[in-house]
Amino acid sequence: MRLRTALMGACATAAMALPALAERGSDGNVNILYSQAVSILNPYLSSGTKDVEVSSLIIEPLAGFDEKGNLFPRLAAEIPTLENGGVSEDLTTITWKLKEGLLWSDGTPVTSADVVFSWQYCTHPEGGCAQAARYEGVQSVEAIDERTVKVTFSAPKPNPYSAFVGSTSPIIQKAQFQDCLGAAAATCTAQNFGPIGTGPFRVTEFKVNDVVQLEANPHYRDPEKPAFATVMVKGGGDAAGAARAVMETGEFDYAWNTQINPELQAQMKAGGKGQFVSAFGTLVERIEMNLTNPSPSLPEGERSTVKHPHPFLTDARVRKALSMAIDRNLLVEVGYGEAGRPTCNLVPAPEIYASDNTDCLTQDIEGAKALLEEAGFTPGPDGIRVNADGVRLSVLYQTSVNPVRQDFQALIKQWWNEIGVEVELKSIDPGVYFGGDPGSPDTFQKFYADVEMYANNFDGTDPEPYLAQYLCDKIPGPENQWQGENINRYCDPAYEALVRELAQTRDIAARAELVKRMNDMLTKESHVVVPLVDRGRLSAHSNTLGGVVLNVWDTELWNVQDWYRIK
Amino acid sequence: MFTYTLRRLLLAIPTLLVISLVIFLLVDLAPGSPASQIPLTVPAEVRMRILEAMGANEPIHVRYLLWLKQFFVVEPLVWVDATFGTAFSEGMQRILSWQSRSPVFDVIVERLPQTLTVVGMAYVVGVLIALPIGIYSAYRQYSWFDQIGTFVAMVGFSVPTFFTGLVLILVFAVNLGWFPSIYNTSLRVTDWESFVAQVRQMVLPVAVLALYNASQISRYMRASMLDNLNQDYVRTARAKGLRERVVVLKHVLRNSMIPVVTVIALGIPTIFGGAIITEQVFRVNGLGALLIGAIQASDLPMVQTLTFIFAVLIVIFNLIADVLYGLLDPRIRYD
Repeated sequence: MRLRTALMGACATAAMALPALAERGSDGNVNILYSQAVSILNPYLSSGTKDVEVSSLIIEPLAGFDEKGNLFPRLAAEIPTLENGGVSEDLTTITWKLKEGLLWSDGTPVTSADVVFSWQYCTHPEGGCAQAARYEGVQSVEAIDERTVKVTFSAPKPNPYSAFVGSTSPIIQKAQFQDCLGAAAATCTAQNFGPIGTGPFRVTEFKVNDVVQLEANPHYRDPEKPAFATVMVKGGGDAAGAARAVMETGEFDYAWNTQINPELQAQMKAGGKGQFVSAFGTLVERIEMNLTNPSPSLPEGERSTVKHPHPFLTDARVRKALSMAIDRNLLVEVGYGEAGRPTCNLVPAPEIYASDNTDCLTQDIEGAKALLEEAGFTPGPDGIRVNADGVRLSVLYQTSVNPVRQDFQALIKQWWNEIGVEVELKSIDPGVYFGGDPGSPDTFQKFYADVEMYANNFDGTDPEPYLAQYLCDKIPGPENQWQGENINRYCDPAYEALVRELAQTRDIAARAELVKRMNDMLTKESHVVVPLVDRGRLSAHSNTLGGVVLNVWDTELWNVQDWYRIK
Repeated sequence: MFTYTLRRLLLAIPTLLVISLVIFLLVDLAPGSPASQIPLTVPAEVRMRILEAMGANEPIHVRYLLWLKQFFVVEPLVWVDATFGTAFSEGMQRILSWQSRSPVFDVIVERLPQTLTVVGMAYVVGVLIALPIGIYSAYRQYSWFDQIGTFVAMVGFSVPTFFTGLVLILVFAVNLGWFPSIYNTSLRVTDWESFVAQVRQMVLPVAVLALYNASQISRYMRASMLDNLNQDYVRTARAKGLRERVVVLKHVLRNSMIPVVTVIALGIPTIFGGAIITEQVFRVNGLGALLIGAIQASDLPMVQTLTFIFAVLIVIFNLIADVLYGLLDPRIRYD
């Protein structure tokens, strides 16, 4: 009896230690829960994270990012670089070679024509492709032979890894999608709901905004993977319910984006059926300072435009004082727990780009007061500071409706009141705030407030386009239907020069230096952007699900082919 | 009766047209844009092109007329084609959802079974519980049974379903582990085992909704019974020497059912509307969850079509209730 138990124990240990020995489909079913349900399985027609991530189980790009943000080949045989000759010396072309013997899930071979077609599909002018930015600057994509494609850029591109890299620009099958170009894209429901792919799974059933059923792809390139025979991706409900289904009832194996408050996190952990995993990317919750005057007394069309500078936020000392008064550690504790950490950087990651800027992490109310005194603002009879010209430090602070953001607003208002700044709070429905409707006064681009709060990040690992948003010609205004990305209306020729320099620099160390320099200019030197919290991803997985590695640089389901059941 | 019904049906047409216009304007003028669903990392030009491809940038009258044409011409033709194998609708554009870029009606048809089984079953269970409770509460007015019935009805009516739903999940799914907290919409009932699984997953959502429905209907039933129990014809029936059972269940109940039947009939359209909150809590993903998801994503074609279908159902069931009224009560004649 004892021997039998010992043997069984040994077997169990062996099974746990060597999951890779499992054969395809030997681990049965895995249940995944997305609190936002999947609407479509074609990332070219939807930019929603949930749609892109679940599609990534089925269709794949040439290369992806791993959990550290490093490139690794998926359909490509290797990553083209300057050293191996895949990227041309003048940085205008990149040549990809497909792995040998790749098959679509219907058994037909993957060829370079499919890659060329994927580019044509997304860049068709009438298609409304949601990922068109991935192909920006691409002049042409040609098939050199059956397995080789050459991408030519219209100008030298220091970072050529945008087209066909990452889950937002996958390769789709030409044979399946060839009648779906341009305006016809939206009418191809069968294709959009059941793309033929090269990924570890293929769709068996799709119910819009409800459930996706998948089975192991019989033609997947690694004959031993995936370990699971079927996958169910259920959608709907809320983050707390999703976390509960993994952590407390154990009905699901994996729950995506279980962003819940720290108190609830602790309570769920006590359920003992699963664990939370977190990882940090580039998403930063920040306060943006308006450098132009949003006063309602100005005529419409001139509010918050460069015509009228802000009465006091143009003074760097005032902005710095506002930043100093904030206790970022407390904000994290209240709002995010494990899923956040205080930051002073606009670009908090990848590591090589992150500046060692930590000055803002300690709150300094007295210092802030002194700085405001220095700037000429002294407390008036009601405690609110006024300067000699009668300018009162009174700010309108807006953000979207969201429980965490309202907590942040209340805390920050209290600190700002303490240093003698009057604060009026405003919260706007997210559908309006982020809706970008030029007719609405409440969009974050229009910025009819003195300061506003939201979160933003950049796609992939290269911060260049993100930092290039702070150019003078990207300031939103009536002449461009308020569509610019330079929300603060920041305009500095020295910064512009750095943006131009970055676009021409290809050495990675030099690029990192430039990025840090630009990050510091926007944050600790000018306090135009006041970063608060580096927001991580928080997901939950069952104790019986092995192989989960959370990845913030690409789809969260990036290594699902390596997931297995812990028996 | 026939001419009355016909007249009402004809009158319903302009009513529905006005309703459709009002809904369209309300939905369209409401703040919010589908662009809010696009992440900030997507550049402005790409954003514009996405909206253009959706057709969200067309002027309002163009979109309204297009929707009318699609709803009243294209979709019926598609239905005819699907039934008779014809090809009238070939090349015509159907109403497409902005979220999924797929025909709105396909999604609705896909969702209908879930809603009808869960919300419909809850309605049936609710009615079956409510009627006996209402009858007995009225018959033994102010007894302990009536008091408890009143209390439960008040609780059921005033406690919101997101609260009862959560309490039931915590007790029966988390602590006891008897029932699942998440509804599996792809479960097919093929044998005894899958039937049991289906029943188990329906228990919690049905219980939440049935409590709510039952508390409402039992109050109507009780009030209506009380009105009739004190009538002269009841005394006459008793004086004739009829048994108590016959007096209550035959004479009083029949007369009391008239207003209750109307209430029940008018409640049927709400079944199709789904139970927005309960569906969300248990992830039943029926029509209610579809509507709320579409509203959050500013998916105008979906919201517009769904709300209009609800309007049609309400108009139809109002008519049915009126006709039923005439059938049940011989004193009411519409001619």
